[in-house]
Amino acid sequence: MTGIEILQIWIAAFFTLAIFSFLYRDNAVYKFAEHIFAGLSAGYYVGLIWKSVIIQQLWEPMTRADNPKWYLFIPGIIGALMFARLIPRISWVSRLALAFVMGNTAGVFIISQLHGLILPQMQDTMLPLLNGGFAGSLLAFITVIGVISTLVYFYFSKEHTGALGVTARVGVWFIMISFGAHFGYTVMGRVSLLIGRVYFLYNDWIGSLSHIF
Amino acid sequence: MRTTVPVIIAFLSGIVMIVSFFFNPDRTILGQIESEVLVWVTIVGGFTLLLGVVSITRVNFRSVRLQKEGWFFNLLTLISIFVMAIPSILPVSWSPLFGDREGSIYDWLFTNVDSIMMQTMFGLLAFYIASAAYRAFRARNAEATILLLTAVLVMLWRVPMGEAFLRLFSDDLPQWINSYVMNGANMSVQRGIIIGAALGAASMSLRILLGIERTYMGKG
Repeated sequence: MTGIEILQIWIAAFFTLAIFSFLYRDNAVYKFAEHIFAGLSAGYYVGLIWKSVIIQQLWEPMTRADNPKWYLFIPGIIGALMFARLIPRISWVSRLALAFVMGNTAGVFIISQLHGLILPQMQDTMLPLLNGGFAGSLLAFITVIGVISTLVYFYFSKEHTGALGVTARVGVWFIMISFGAHFGYTVMGRVSLLIGRVYFLYNDWIGSLSHIF
Repeated sequence: MRTTVPVIIAFLSGIVMIVSFFFNPDRTILGQIESEVLVWVTIVGGFTLLLGVVSITRVNFRSVRLQKEGWFFNLLTLISIFVMAIPSILPVSWSPLFGDREGSIYDWLFTNVDSIMMQTMFGLLAFYIASAAYRAFRARNAEATILLLTAVLVMLWRVPMGEAFLRLFSDDLPQWINSYVMNGANMSVQRGIIIGAALGAASMSLRILLGIERTYMGKG
């Protein structure tokens, strides 16, 4: 193990312990790590956008020798208009860029939500109920009842009383089952990460001591 | 002028995307426009994210300049932003430490500091999830019980030791959880939520295109 590798392990161990120190209470060491984390994350996005958007999608296609897309200066200028938001006197100019993004996203969303989500999901729900024996039929019934009752639970235009109330109540039970499943998965994911960090501290960090002393 | 022009731009840019969906991208100009405009949106969206970073920098810079309470931590954030961002945008031809390749400052900081803290932050949540589960259990109503029972079953089902434990009750129990809990009840709720959210998103999109929804413009 080289000196640089040991230094890397100790830096990582310091930040791991600094974050874990929040379990005791909010303290200066945690704040130190937290603010560095926030800054590095913001800086990470600068690097990511610089390469994947500004260079690869804007600069390189505009300046390449073979079939240059010179007209890409238009979205470049529209994007630059966003920065007008920082100058109060002309901040309204940034709305032009924002409107372009919002309108475009809205246009894409209408099609993608209807064509890509609502219709396929409804198509997969509207299947024969009595098909594939007892197990298949039970699954089909659970699916149909679950979808309808969930939709009814999120329907707020009418008071949840009578048949609507009963259906919404069934919807709550289904939703609790789904949330429970997600809760289980989330706990497992987080515990898995925790085990990873504890393993790092025990194996790599404590292990590095034998190389130092 | 300040609101009408943005509404017209939003309408036109949205309509282009809707109409071009009905045209063949290989044979018609309108179809080709769709993919080109998507690139434009990615570029403008990139600038939007950069604006966010500039905004964070300004807020922290102001705190440092006025020496507000905790300004030292704001200074740390500023230094971190610059240490991560500036080497990443400098050309690799100047130094192998620049750019975002393996061995660069950007890559080293991401691997050894940023991602480490990200993992630890999420790992930290395991403790708070445990306390949330305890509070849910104390609620002692039918819904909380269903939620916890499902969570426990799923957690047991996903690990080999838990699956062996479930098989003590019935050999079919793990398969039953997979079929009826995950692919049955769970999937049907996900489907209901997806349909509901997609309908909401589509109607909101229509409101934006028609200029009814203007809150994204802010005030002024």
